[in-house]
Amino acid sequence: MSAPNRNRLTSGGLIDREKPLGFRFDGTAYRGYEGDTLASALLANGVRLVGRSFKYHRPRGIVAAGAEEPNALVELRTGARREPNSRATVTELYDGLEATSQNRWPSLAVDALSVNRFLSPFLGAGFYYKTFMWPAAFWEKLYEPIIRRAAGLGRAAEEADPDHYEKATAFCDLLVIGAGPAGLMAALAAARSGARVILADEDFLPGGGLNAEAGDIGRQPAPAFAAAIAAELMNLPNVRVMRRTSVFGVYDSGTYGALERVSDHLPVPAPFQPRQRLWRLIARRAVLAAGATERPIVFGGNDRPGVMLAGAVGSYVQRHAALPGQKIALFANNDGAWRDMLAAHAAGASVETILDVRAEVAPDLVAAARAEGIRVLTGAQVIATQGKTLTGFTVATASGTERIAADTLAVSGGWSPALHLTCHHGGKPRWDEAIAAFVPGTCPPGLTVAGAAKGIFGLGACLKDGAAIGAEAAGALGFAVPALDVPEVADAPFALAPFWHVEGSKGAAFVDLQNDVTAKDVGIAHKEGFRSVELLKRYTTLGMATDQGRTSNVTGLAIMASLTGASIPETGTTIFRPPYTPVSLGALAGHHRGKDFRPVRLTPTHEWARAQGAVFIETGAWLRAQYFPRKGETDWLETVSREVTAVRSSVGLIDVSTFGKIDLQGADVGAFLDRVYINGFAALAVGKARYGVMLREDGMVMDDGTTARLAPEHYVMTTTTANAAKVFQHLEFCLQVLWPELDVALSSVSEQWAQIAIAGPRARDVLARVADGDVSNAALPFMGAIEGTVMGGVKARLFRLSFSGELGYEIAVPARQGAALASALMQAGEEFGITPYGIEALGVMRIEKGHVSGNELSGQTTAGDLGFGRMASTKKDYIGRVMAARPGLTDPERPCFVGFKPVDPSRRLRAGAHFLNLGATPDMANDQGYMTSVAYSPHLRHWIGLGLIKRGPERLGERVRAYDPVRGEEIEVEICAPGFIDPEGVRLRG
Amino acid sequence: MRIPCPYCGERDAHEFAYLGDATVTRPDPAAADAAQAFHDYVYLRDNPAGAHQEWWYHANGCRQWLRVARDTRTHAIAAATSARVSGEPA
Amino acid sequence: MRYSFLSILANGLSGQKGWAPAWRDAAPKPAYDVIIVGGGGHGLATAYYLAKVHGIRNVAVLEKGVIGSGNAGRNTTIIRSNYLLPGNEPFYEWSMKLWEGLEQELNYNAMVSQRGILNLFHSDAQRDAYARRGNAMRLAGVDSELLDKARVKAMYPFLDFDNARFPIQGGLLQARAGTARHDAVVWGYARAADRLGVDIVQNCEVTGFIREGDAIVGVETTRGPVRAGKVAVAVAGSSSRVAGMAGLRLPIESHVLQAFVSEGLKPLVDGVITFGAGHFYISQSDKGGLVFGGDIDGYNSYAQRGNLPVIEDVCEGGMALMPRLGRLRLLRHWGGIMDMSMDGSPIIDRTPVPGLYLNAGWCYGGFKATPASGWCFAHLLATGAPHETAGAFRLDRFRTGHLIDEKGVGAQPNLH
Repeated sequence: MSAPNRNRLTSGGLIDREKPLGFRFDGTAYRGYEGDTLASALLANGVRLVGRSFKYHRPRGIVAAGAEEPNALVELRTGARREPNSRATVTELYDGLEATSQNRWPSLAVDALSVNRFLSPFLGAGFYYKTFMWPAAFWEKLYEPIIRRAAGLGRAAEEADPDHYEKATAFCDLLVIGAGPAGLMAALAAARSGARVILADEDFLPGGGLNAEAGDIGRQPAPAFAAAIAAELMNLPNVRVMRRTSVFGVYDSGTYGALERVSDHLPVPAPFQPRQRLWRLIARRAVLAAGATERPIVFGGNDRPGVMLAGAVGSYVQRHAALPGQKIALFANNDGAWRDMLAAHAAGASVETILDVRAEVAPDLVAAARAEGIRVLTGAQVIATQGKTLTGFTVATASGTERIAADTLAVSGGWSPALHLTCHHGGKPRWDEAIAAFVPGTCPPGLTVAGAAKGIFGLGACLKDGAAIGAEAAGALGFAVPALDVPEVADAPFALAPFWHVEGSKGAAFVDLQNDVTAKDVGIAHKEGFRSVELLKRYTTLGMATDQGRTSNVTGLAIMASLTGASIPETGTTIFRPPYTPVSLGALAGHHRGKDFRPVRLTPTHEWARAQGAVFIETGAWLRAQYFPRKGETDWLETVSREVTAVRSSVGLIDVSTFGKIDLQGADVGAFLDRVYINGFAALAVGKARYGVMLREDGMVMDDGTTARLAPEHYVMTTTTANAAKVFQHLEFCLQVLWPELDVALSSVSEQWAQIAIAGPRARDVLARVADGDVSNAALPFMGAIEGTVMGGVKARLFRLSFSGELGYEIAVPARQGAALASALMQAGEEFGITPYGIEALGVMRIEKGHVSGNELSGQTTAGDLGFGRMASTKKDYIGRVMAARPGLTDPERPCFVGFKPVDPSRRLRAGAHFLNLGATPDMANDQGYMTSVAYSPHLRHWIGLGLIKRGPERLGERVRAYDPVRGEEIEVEICAPGFIDPEGVRLRG
Repeated sequence: MRIPCPYCGERDAHEFAYLGDATVTRPDPAAADAAQAFHDYVYLRDNPAGAHQEWWYHANGCRQWLRVARDTRTHAIAAATSARVSGEPA
Repeated sequence: MRYSFLSILANGLSGQKGWAPAWRDAAPKPAYDVIIVGGGGHGLATAYYLAKVHGIRNVAVLEKGVIGSGNAGRNTTIIRSNYLLPGNEPFYEWSMKLWEGLEQELNYNAMVSQRGILNLFHSDAQRDAYARRGNAMRLAGVDSELLDKARVKAMYPFLDFDNARFPIQGGLLQARAGTARHDAVVWGYARAADRLGVDIVQNCEVTGFIREGDAIVGVETTRGPVRAGKVAVAVAGSSSRVAGMAGLRLPIESHVLQAFVSEGLKPLVDGVITFGAGHFYISQSDKGGLVFGGDIDGYNSYAQRGNLPVIEDVCEGGMALMPRLGRLRLLRHWGGIMDMSMDGSPIIDRTPVPGLYLNAGWCYGGFKATPASGWCFAHLLATGAPHETAGAFRLDRFRTGHLIDEKGVGAQPNLH
């Protein structure tokens, strides 16, 4: 462990000196205490240089004490847990913490790219838009790679994030955002009314500004007062206090996004704990009590390590007992900063000088400062700074210039309300002259603002306002709010003289420290006409860095306003986009990564198939058996061909439960189906099934499948696997919206029924052994559909359907019986060598048979394109009929569905190849269509294909080229009818 | 965005599927101007910036089609009624 | 002033005192030959090509706010021409060709960077669909390569190849695709158009049309009436509202598309990658921010902001594809209003109203189209005939059925 903290006060602060924590920064070991942030611990150890700036690689130190920090960004942790751009100011210290400075090479002290500093006269705002154009090829080869390497900040981890994340939802009557003085009182007022309250605060210690407050509230120190209220709230059953939780965004209908840093204060998360948790907080009302952010004054050399915000200096001294330096000076334009500095001095910090731009400052403050031996200069401006880290500065007053030694220059240009969340619905803040700051404009519905976030800067006033706003919100929700006894705190009057920029100061004067935007850059933007705030931001990158311009936006606007002569509100306003503070992508993703990215649907026979040795494949949400390899088979094609051959020669089985299954009942089902299918269903006999095609209203094919009539008023429809949900939704729309007068009830029964297809010449023999009733050709003819039982009493639906072109049946049983049915079928078919087959073999057989499937149902094909033109009834209306008659959909030149075979039977076909006439130049005008599906047919012993080609059915026998340059192939194919096997359908009727 | 489903109560919009404008009605397919009328029905939209009547389907809930009155500028939802209930929600 | 290395040097030495406004902040004149409504990329490019190619320089671009404050500045900056259908592909390829010479043409560095776009596929059916598309691109003379898994792995070893719910099988690469700096495109066209005499009028909202008989002969604006021989509307996102003032209903819905940027990082993602098993695509800007996005929110909206479900969906896709993203942080997200057309493809056409021309329906693909959209719209305005690469973008195609539906999802804009 390293030496004791040289810049640590021996008493005071909210750190636990009994709990030292070891940590490393750039490899050097240091010691801090529980209650420290990384920033406070670094300051206490006298570490002043913590990073390099984005563009000029200038050395930078800690500026702030909160989320507004522009400079002190570090790579936190190592290896797979490396977190670039972590703000040291909000990083809770833990034992073993490792942090590394970033954006420097080879080291923080010696950075090669700091030469950019000397080029800076040429690298002004927008310089890159004006150069790097010659010669043209050099941009991508030379200039851009250099820029990319130099830009950016920290480095991402190079391995997968090993931690877990969660998502959760919580509901409340009132959400209070921020646990400072206003937030605590708002939460307390509402909580005592019985309202369900969530109090969320980004800090690990509730209290906000109270934790850096030197004075007492009532008879207790401010931090103790905060702790007492927080304790009361935590003990109330109707209150949830969420520490380490940043509310980052306001979404619709009272939905707030919040990030809880569950484990970021630990070296690694505890077992079974996530690193972070994403909360969707659903609140009837919300109170924003996020406080305010101090802003600096811009002057030459204002980025030197040691130049800090005055409030931050105060906060480090009061809350962490950490001294930013040994010789502190203040440069301010307001009384509040004086009081912060006097309090810090009283706490043990050595404040030697106070400069104020104002010629007149309240005599009591001046007297108080002088009484402490602090030198006071009024009407003073800092015009330069000295030192690698600050050693002194030059001040100009009416009486001349003077150099003053200091290692810390605390700066305060006033305070800006933290109104970010009020902008998330497009609300524009408005300018308040009295405090020279933007205050909330129109807020998202249900959100009200309390305390400093709306421009109330006195502690006593914030307590009162918080209580009043909390009470108002709870009251508006119908809760009876008991009166709250708010302690009296005397607030000094707010006194500030707006002052933004020391003109004529020496050296680069930074407005946006993180993006290295200087006052001169604002001047360039002005000269070039980028004067409105949106253009200013985009052109100079002002306010676009990870701090979202918290300390720079208003200053930049003010400097632009002074250049144009317009007022600040005329120049523009500051708009903040979500998130309030950056949110890790891991938290926003939650569990949804890796195998858990999306849920997996398993068929009822999944375990059975696994036992059969199936190889599974992702098909949409489903995991389906792709094929069932056997020992000795060397590749998938061999396996698939064996399965196909087994079906065509004997019998095989496959789980087809993934098809959508929709139950339709009612007096008008027939009429309803007639309106959604192009072909007729009202006249379908009970006990029969029919293939149907349905269109979208725009005339394109939506889906196909068979629908069976089980009883006069009872049909069951199948859809393709991919379109199951879409078709069901469409049918519900037709019923509920278009034709509510029809007597039809729909129910999706896809999950309720397991369905297994058996196919092959022996299929009936197998079925007969499993079915309890008669399944003869007479009892169950082709396209027959009957209800009955199987396996000795298991309820079943038997359909005589075929996708493979063989004698085939589909047997539906209650889903839980699916695996048993598969086993029973295997047993029944044993003597025929029954073969389980997967979706590859299914695909081969449907291509051999010339059926359309997903590749053909592309949403870009008409019924006519796919050869269903004659199926379309001319005697009825149906969805899509009118629009299908448009010329573009009936053009005879449209590519139509046919089959293809290679002229050289040894050649392989490829789906996605385009067709060209023989001798035609390969260009777009000669594109004849494309191959939709291909398969190797073990029956024909060569590859076969299906596809769409212009005037296809008229061109049977013609040879064309299948052009596939992306795979470097081009072969001659012959157009043929799409049915490659048993085109007359003898087998399936057998 | 949370939709007050008349059957299920207020639910997040991600439970629902969106279809679009609920003010267009399917024309008479037998009418002489059916081609024109269907073109307008299928393709043309007022697309207002402001009050909008629209269809949402509670896919992960009661499977009812709802007619929702929502403001397209603010996303504020005034009401949701079942498609089977005639008339527009307030 | 012409931008050059010398101009930078001279201004560097003179304390940046010599710069002049990039474009004049013009006040509207009483009349123009052509008025372009909308000062986004498309409107400014149209003005530029009208002046440059057709010599029509008495042109005003009327913008209700500041130029580039709509979708031109709210996109994810991707440029590509990897389209499937013959109605689209030549147009986007023409755009790509214009991108390739844009900086020299405009004397403005729009940072066109041909870093390549890789569309991943995760199933045989997706592979076949990408092969179909890649072959269609080749037929149109456009570069495309179908990569297998090994080649994808060599390009982007950090993608999740081992533990994915939907394993990566390969990808379709267009090497000439890439990114450009969106704001610079707007400013470059504005500056170049201004130098040719075009008036760029900001803070000038069109509130109505001036009609003579059936014809439109000008516009009413918040800065007074302005007459014109032709009025050209290029206000994607607000097309229905502007067309509505002329009594037109369009085959368009306005939807919100969200976009995302991370904190700045050292180089991590070299090109553009699109995930094929979820809604996610990503690239990295020259400044170091990861720029990513996904699907539209899916409901009509003019709010320029979206909701958590899509934000989560996008980040889920990101983590599924690149599990090393977990500890990186989302810095900002925002929404743009998309002109979602009924077939997912744009419209560049005259309208049934004489004098009124329409450039609309860009869905989420407007940025990459900027140069060709301007070129083709200018061609239509100047010659009265559609440009050869934009002949399919007709307004009446919904009536005739000559749809350009890349995704095959039909007349439902939120699915395109």
